[in-house]
Amino acid sequence: MTISEFTRPPHATKRARRSSGHRTRPSGVTGPVAVNVVLLVATGYFLLPVFWLVVASTKSRPDLVSSFGFWFTSPQLFENLAELFNEQDHVFGQWLLNSLLYSGVGAIVGTALAAAAGYSLAVYSFRGREAIFSLILGSVLVPATALALPMFLAFASVGLTDSYLSVLLPSIISPFGVYLSRIYTQAAVPVELLEAGRVDGASEWRIFRTVVLRLISPALVTVFLFQFVGIWNNFFLPLIMLQNDRLFPVTLGLFSWQSQISRDPQLLLLTVVGSFVSVVPLVITFLSLQRYWKAGLATGSVKG
Amino acid sequence: MTLTIRARRRRIGNPVAPFGFLLPFLIPFLLIFIAPIGYAIVQSLQKTQRVGGLFGVPTTVWAGLEQYQRAFSDQDFIDSILRVLLFGVVQVPVMMIIALALALLLDTQSARLKRFHRLAIFAPYGIPGVVAALMWGFLYDPRLSPITDLLGRVGIEPDFLGADHILWSIANVVTWTYAGYNMIIIYAALQALPGDVLEAASIDGAGPWRLALQIKVPLIAPALVLTAVFSIIGTLQLFTEPQVLKTITTNITSTYTPTIASYSAATANDYSYAATLSVLIAVVSFILSFGFLRVTSRWNAA
Repeated sequence: MTISEFTRPPHATKRARRSSGHRTRPSGVTGPVAVNVVLLVATGYFLLPVFWLVVASTKSRPDLVSSFGFWFTSPQLFENLAELFNEQDHVFGQWLLNSLLYSGVGAIVGTALAAAAGYSLAVYSFRGREAIFSLILGSVLVPATALALPMFLAFASVGLTDSYLSVLLPSIISPFGVYLSRIYTQAAVPVELLEAGRVDGASEWRIFRTVVLRLISPALVTVFLFQFVGIWNNFFLPLIMLQNDRLFPVTLGLFSWQSQISRDPQLLLLTVVGSFVSVVPLVITFLSLQRYWKAGLATGSVKG
Repeated sequence: MTLTIRARRRRIGNPVAPFGFLLPFLIPFLLIFIAPIGYAIVQSLQKTQRVGGLFGVPTTVWAGLEQYQRAFSDQDFIDSILRVLLFGVVQVPVMMIIALALALLLDTQSARLKRFHRLAIFAPYGIPGVVAALMWGFLYDPRLSPITDLLGRVGIEPDFLGADHILWSIANVVTWTYAGYNMIIIYAALQALPGDVLEAASIDGAGPWRLALQIKVPLIAPALVLTAVFSIIGTLQLFTEPQVLKTITTNITSTYTPTIASYSAATANDYSYAATLSVLIAVVSFILSFGFLRVTSRWNAA
């Protein structure tokens, strides 16, 4: 990046495609340079730990503690990866698969249930509809961590803890998904279209499946993504539900390694490399599906 | 049978259709989300007693509000609430200021590489809290950290994991994770501002600073306040970051935050007390959020 780029006339770049005119006019060179320097410093802060993780994942055990952390020393990423996946009878691969199972199944089922419920609350009028909707909305305001412990106590009383179901069942409930599906259906599905379908003799289910799902699919992708990442990142729920380390999702697995480092220092490097591996698929999905995130954020979702 | 009549008037062929769509969500929702809350309330009104001395058979008996009295006189629990509120009151405004500043900078004409900056700043939100805390934990740990390494060379010996600093080291992890998320929300609000207002201000000679502070910020202030208050309420659930850092420092106790306190009670098999603390956390968060929503909707109506 050169100074001449900073002093280009407004809208000279392709990126400046916002409706013209309402931007600040260029004010000399110092302002723009300062703006970009501050932005670069900020971006540096946000990328620094990730950069450290990438560098550290390539190091040997002695280098990890003795060499300078922000630069590579005789990289051996593939040896580290091989060791990571072979440790404790391939338990790390199992953790990744478990995370995929919890997040994939939880998000697909959760999105489907939310879509149907949101549709029902949007297009039909029946007694108790608003009360049910208020109950669902109210549950968004109860923090997930405050819910997880009561869930554990209830699941323990019926002997459901320490099983795949103990993490999966709570994951298929997305009150936020119902909310988003309802408001999106109200906005995107014209009543006339439903009426036309009924006049043509289509069943309610067929109308939902062939017409409505297609119209609200942008909202559903957003619900799916939030649900998927929410489950993938969840820590408290699996922590209290699971004891058998073969059922752990990757977050809990890494935590269990981290808490054993003082007894088994070998696990330090594996925790570092494992953290790196656990982030890669998520960051890729995330960045490639950005526009759906923005759709969800704009509708006022809650902090995760 | 008003339902059928109304349905027929609306030419809905099948009166059970609304429930066919709703129940697959509603039944698990009631069983998995709502019923446990009721069960926790019941448990919070009980206690476990051992009949016949220390090694007797544990039995559950009704205890009324005994567990709640215990919670309100539990200095560790009260301290944990005060700690997270202090945390929220400091960390949330700092995070919001960082998010606002970055959004305003990205909204200026001069900013370059906007897409890259947005992605890089938002990326931490996609990183699991456990991994974020692990990474920062390594960067705080003097044995591994290149940061303490570099600072040590210029004669500064930071103690990120020490008793005085650990709360703010946790705050740094949380800020790092969520600042980008808030930045994206604020940035979207800025992008949605009416162009003619900004253009008029610009023509009237408002410089970039005045434009940002006197025109843009007041216009998006409601969104800022809403996000900030919900974030402060959210700090009541603070758990993952301190729980992970707990493994590398002794300065995080088993009652460091309200949620860690309830988790510790559960792992000690003190289920009634764990239930009591969860109920308290849920009720306080709900009342704060709900009350705040009511207040803001009244503002908007006025």
